[in-house]
Amino acid sequence: MAADTTAARSIVKMKVDEDKIKTLSPHLLMAYSGEPGDTVQFAEYVERNIRLYQIRNLYALRPSAAASWIRRSLAESLRSRRPYSVNLLLGGYDTATHDPHLYWIDYLGTISEVPFAAHGYGSYFALSLLDRGPLEEGLATLKRCIDEVSKRLVVSPGNYKIKVVDKDGVREVEL
Amino acid sequence: MNSFVERYSTTSATGQLRRAQRLADEEDEFSDAAWGSSAGFGNIVKGSPSFMVPNTPDPTSFLRLHTDDHADPSCRIKIQHGTTTLAFRFQGGVIVAVDSRATAGSYIASGTVKKVIEINPYLLGTMAGGAADCQYWETYLGMHCRLHELRNRERISVSAASKYLSNLVYSYKGMGLSMGTMVCGWDKTGPAVFYVDSDGTRLKGDIFSVGSGSTFAYGVLDQGYRWDLTDEEAQELGRRSIYAAGHRDAYSGNTCNLYHVKEDGWKFIGNYDLAQLHNQGYGYEHRVEGRSSANPPEVVATA
Repeated sequence: MAADTTAARSIVKMKVDEDKIKTLSPHLLMAYSGEPGDTVQFAEYVERNIRLYQIRNLYALRPSAAASWIRRSLAESLRSRRPYSVNLLLGGYDTATHDPHLYWIDYLGTISEVPFAAHGYGSYFALSLLDRGPLEEGLATLKRCIDEVSKRLVVSPGNYKIKVVDKDGVREVEL
Repeated sequence: MNSFVERYSTTSATGQLRRAQRLADEEDEFSDAAWGSSAGFGNIVKGSPSFMVPNTPDPTSFLRLHTDDHADPSCRIKIQHGTTTLAFRFQGGVIVAVDSRATAGSYIASGTVKKVIEINPYLLGTMAGGAADCQYWETYLGMHCRLHELRNRERISVSAASKYLSNLVYSYKGMGLSMGTMVCGWDKTGPAVFYVDSDGTRLKGDIFSVGSGSTFAYGVLDQGYRWDLTDEEAQELGRRSIYAAGHRDAYSGNTCNLYHVKEDGWKFIGNYDLAQLHNQGYGYEHRVEGRSSANPPEVVATA
């Protein structure tokens, strides 16, 4: 899972090392984008509720359950006076069945489980590459996506943070 | 019938209240001793305090209609927008520098605005966007920082203070607040700068600049910045950056207010007239005075 690390306001990059991927539990990652303010506020809300579940029940939510809960939160928010405008990617490793999951969630509460996913302008370049790229070489394909976005997108962000979740948990990697 | 009687009765409770209200409206010759207190009945006579809200179904869009000068330059209410403010963290603490110009549209409303808000002896806030919003909510933040101190017998961290402000403005998101502020200070973790704006964005960082002149300030600031700047160099960099913004941005200028936050709290360094700085060394004409290709400046030998 990868996200750029730029926080921009208007034409100015305010910060170049902002982490936009939250670690929700030992085997769950969430990348977020969207309306400034909403993103962090919603991500922290999710983070704490997932943590609360873990404290109460002594085990973490499985990725599918977490995804359903997050989707429901977004769907309820959409029907409130001021909805969260946040798009998410949720990646996790199910320690019970030993398989990886990836969910694509948007601010309308759409959810779909997919083999690969992207949000934002970069997705127009990355998705076509992922459609034909070899998925066995995950990080190499990811690098090609990032390189393509850097090459073709007008306002391409400079730095990316990449996190991997697998049976050993969450770790950050450099390309 | 009851309400009819009540309306014209002179002895009922509401009748008494109505008379008091009428007296309060008519009589402006209160004795000095009771000024502002209304003898303890001010809250009843004037009713409970409340905000004035435009009498429309959606006050927020009404406000936007009359204040958004991007869409409509001839709108009636112009909010102070043009500004340059900057703050950066370095080895010797935090430098906060701001200009002092207030503009309402193309009119310079004031040249002596204090855009640094002294929240408490260890915390500074800067002002960009709506002047009233910044002033009010940062003073309010100061109140809560003091309450935090009294409750926890410990000074509030810059991180917590900025989070308090960001949560506060986030709860008003979409209702017309306009502020871009930097909360600067020194706490247990050392010097800290947080950027907080009315979108609800809150960022921790080393260098921030906010306002219409921020791009010009960033230009000078980024090029001259190092972590191990000395105090004097850092203050000079802050001043020089505000000068650059004041020079190039029509909505910034007049004077520069400079603050330095150290371990023992903030210190006001000074107020500098940008026109004077221009004429005493910062200006282009001054830097090239008497120089030409026939008389080039001495080249510093490079190793």
